[in-house]
Amino acid sequence: MKLKEIIDLLEGNLLCGKERLDDDLQSAFASDLMSDVLTVADSEILLITGLANIQTIRTSEMSDISHILLVRNKKATVEMLSLAIENGIALIESPYSMFRVCGILFNSGLKPVF
Amino acid sequence: MNFNFHIIGGDFSNAGVASSEVKKVLKRLNVDCIIIKRAVVSLYEAEVNVVAHAFEGDIFIDISSEKISIILKDKGPGIEDISKAMEEGFSTASPKVREMGFGAGMGLPNIKRNSDFMEIESVVGVGTTLTIEINIKSSGE
Repeated sequence: MKLKEIIDLLEGNLLCGKERLDDDLQSAFASDLMSDVLTVADSEILLITGLANIQTIRTSEMSDISHILLVRNKKATVEMLSLAIENGIALIESPYSMFRVCGILFNSGLKPVF
Repeated sequence: MNFNFHIIGGDFSNAGVASSEVKKVLKRLNVDCIIIKRAVVSLYEAEVNVVAHAFEGDIFIDISSEKISIILKDKGPGIEDISKAMEEGFSTASPKVREMGFGAGMGLPNIKRNSDFMEIESVVGVGTTLTIEINIKSSGE
């Protein structure tokens, strides 16, 4: 599924990473626990999280994750945005809850990592 | 190739800066991306541990054509029971650490999983030294 389709489905707002709108994603992982994210071997995933702090971006940088979705209107800080831009990461905000986001994306064909 | 970094305990906004720098160097050296990920995930978990638990610490990194050697030496409370600390799910992290998305007792097991060698030496009330090695070339190469 293209990133731009994901954004449309979730009433998302892309904060940075416009060049990634046509990226084709096959799977997603949802967690607020960054140690859990660091155990995921796959890199070509959408990270769905309610954790909006600098370590969300650092964790993605270390895990080679290039697509992050912040749920439930969590707002990215200036520090987060700047680090996401530096690492070429697409950062999206959505008003939907994590459960709703996961349900919509699962029904639309995105696969779980585990 | 050697690098040193200093870490301040509690400074979460800079946790990961050393790992990020090391990642850039390994990429420039054209190290295999799977090995880079194993090295920086291990280093990042270890860096967060120092920020989360110690007063301060130093990271010493040596990159050769054979392996990436990482030593993290901190001044802090030390680890009372190392085998307990290695158990997945065991943690003494503060609520602040948990707010940052860590402190679930997964860090040390995750470092072990991603490294080829890991050793912890700790003196309670003094500090902890963590040694990690990631092979760049497998023994068969």
